[in-house]
Amino acid sequence: MSQPITRSADTIPPAPAGGMVPSRARRRYSPLTDGDRLTLGIMVAIPTLLVVVFVLIPTVASVILSFTSWNGIGGLDSIKFIGLKNYTDLINIYKPFWPAISHNVIWLIFFLVIATPFGMFLAVLLDKNIRGTRVYQGALYMPVVLSLAIIGFIWQLIYAPEQGLLNNLLGRTAQGNQISWLGDPNLNLWAVLVAATWRQVGYVMVLYLAGLKAVDPGLREAAAIDGASERETFFRVVFPVMRPINIVILVITVIESLRAFDLAFIVNKGLNGLELLSTLVTNNIIGETSRIGFGSAIAVVLLVVSVGPIIVYLVRALREEQQ
Amino acid sequence: MAHHVGAHRRSIRTLAGLSTLAILVVACSTGGATTAPSAAATAAPASGAASEPASQAAALGETTLGSNESDESPKAAVQAIVDYCAGQTGATIKVNVNDHNTFQNQISSYLQATPDDVVKWFAGNRVRFFAAQGLLSPIDDVWTDIEKYMTPGLKAASLGADGKAYFVPVYNYPWVVLYRKSLFQEKGYTVPKTLAEFKTLGDKMKTDGIVPIAFGDQDGWPAMGTFDILNMRINGYQFHVGLMGGTEKWSDPKVKAVFEQWRDLLPYFQEGAPGRTWQDAAKAALVDKKAAMYFLGTFAVEQAGENGADVGFFPFPLLGTQYDSENAIDAPIDGFMLSAKPKNADAAKAFLKCVATPEAQVTYVTSKGIGSVAVSPQADTSKYTDVQKASAEVLKNAGNIAQFLDRDARADFAGPSGMQGFLISFLTDPNQDLDKFLGGIQTYYDTLPPQS
Repeated sequence: MSQPITRSADTIPPAPAGGMVPSRARRRYSPLTDGDRLTLGIMVAIPTLLVVVFVLIPTVASVILSFTSWNGIGGLDSIKFIGLKNYTDLINIYKPFWPAISHNVIWLIFFLVIATPFGMFLAVLLDKNIRGTRVYQGALYMPVVLSLAIIGFIWQLIYAPEQGLLNNLLGRTAQGNQISWLGDPNLNLWAVLVAATWRQVGYVMVLYLAGLKAVDPGLREAAAIDGASERETFFRVVFPVMRPINIVILVITVIESLRAFDLAFIVNKGLNGLELLSTLVTNNIIGETSRIGFGSAIAVVLLVVSVGPIIVYLVRALREEQQ
Repeated sequence: MAHHVGAHRRSIRTLAGLSTLAILVVACSTGGATTAPSAAATAAPASGAASEPASQAAALGETTLGSNESDESPKAAVQAIVDYCAGQTGATIKVNVNDHNTFQNQISSYLQATPDDVVKWFAGNRVRFFAAQGLLSPIDDVWTDIEKYMTPGLKAASLGADGKAYFVPVYNYPWVVLYRKSLFQEKGYTVPKTLAEFKTLGDKMKTDGIVPIAFGDQDGWPAMGTFDILNMRINGYQFHVGLMGGTEKWSDPKVKAVFEQWRDLLPYFQEGAPGRTWQDAAKAALVDKKAAMYFLGTFAVEQAGENGADVGFFPFPLLGTQYDSENAIDAPIDGFMLSAKPKNADAAKAFLKCVATPEAQVTYVTSKGIGSVAVSPQADTSKYTDVQKASAEVLKNAGNIAQFLDRDARADFAGPSGMQGFLISFLTDPNQDLDKFLGGIQTYYDTLPPQS
């Protein structure tokens, strides 16, 4: 490892002698020209403006709307404030709400425990330069390129009760003997999770593979010389070194789980065992008669749930930077 | 809020990348517009719209029509009726075609922004809601001219809550029990007229190894048709209207009786309906003959493909209640409405008067690939297909015609958060506590904000 203290000491120029030109000294203490300042200002202002207009204002508006009753028609004066009624209705009366919360949690756990580790496992395997690794990489990454709408369509063909691939392979297409993969509320969430995993695995694999390629091969050699087994090398040396990639993958997994929407919505608009917070928001806000206030209340719940992991991540990331 | 003819089919096309298209009508060039009226006035004196003096008609100018028909056949049918009415009225009508599902999802913002003068839409509560929001223009003056073509039932379906007319009905299609004629012939089945006959036939089909009634409700709306017909057979048309309108309660024992009857009939239905699309159910009955009957709108005949000519249908059997004589059925009506601030109200109203004429309606439904029938009893049925002739017969014999659960009830109640979800929950667990189930529906209804 280099020794920053001595190196920086080398590069610090000698203290200015008494007869230095004052203007040069001043320039060194404020190293930015006016042009630089302008550029910096614009570079900060534009993203700030975008964040405020497209993120902060809509977020605050959603929170405000969640205390109102509004069908989306008419001016602002047609919005009625109804206090916490949307939230109490949501918790006490709206049947899909608690299933949606639990399905979001199941989705997250399934991704964390099965989909993501499996993708990492495949990446480690493919990193071994086995024969045909490019073909495997291509095949596993393919679902990531497909849109979730198309993935939903493909898996509906697989899960269809009479014409579906799966029931035909299992010989379970007859009346009384069928497996209703997408219709049985105890089964359809898992069926959809398999489809979602099909995509998530490829995504994680590519990210992790890129990380693995960047690991200094010297580390592995050193571990091998020290007599570490293959497994020990991965868990004790490679995995800790890849900490930044691991965090990225963790964040991606959490985000993908919380924004899970497409597959459930394509199958049956997120009904009957496929309720997710995101589909509930859509079902209440999109359509001919929208319940903007009620849908916003669900969106706020989703926001609160999402903010938790984001804060944890930001705190850790900032602490690291300080170190 | 899918529920219209082939909504699911369309959604798949949407995925394929179909987005909004706009088509400029070339049928009426500027030259054509000035010459058309005189020809129209002499050629079709029967048409109400054409009775306008030619000079007035010439001054009508251009109006616009927003259409949600993006599929090939209905798109061509809209064009056909537009061309016909351009010739009759002398107005230039520009059609803006929108993707079906997108249009339905964005209809309220569309009507609030700068909508076309005339908009293609659905009768019943679907038009009543937007009328109540002040997003439509009343067209009582149009109705004084077109009332002679219509029935009281058609007018009722076109009225807003304020008693003014907001809608011009053009065509509809009945919900019926579809079957393959060849299968019934081969197995010696006869069309059941009563519930007892229906059940006996169902038992026979089961012993023959055939599912009596195909059923798929993955899309959420097909089960509404089954609920509607059982409800109207058991409790009558007026109760249906009250229940959909919110004056009757879902917790009423009368509604419980409907679900009890349904539960009793479920063994005859194809199992696993919540996981089957309506197209797959149609295939089982109308293509593969794995199921013998299928209760759906006549648009399902399209799914039979080359076997279309072998598909017959009959109204849902009578249940032996006092409401048998009503013979009520669901037959959703489509037509046109006038937006709140039309740019050219005269031309738009002339067009609305024209589409109400039996001739214009027939022009629409005899366009290629259309299975619906003209709403006017005076329509000339000689050019109808067999399916259309049979539909017209069923409709003529129906004492009361309802729209459909998601057209008679408010959209937020009928949608995925409401009845779509509730009906799927019933089908998933038909043995659940019905009092609790129906109490849940009523509680949900009560949480909905008032429809001002």
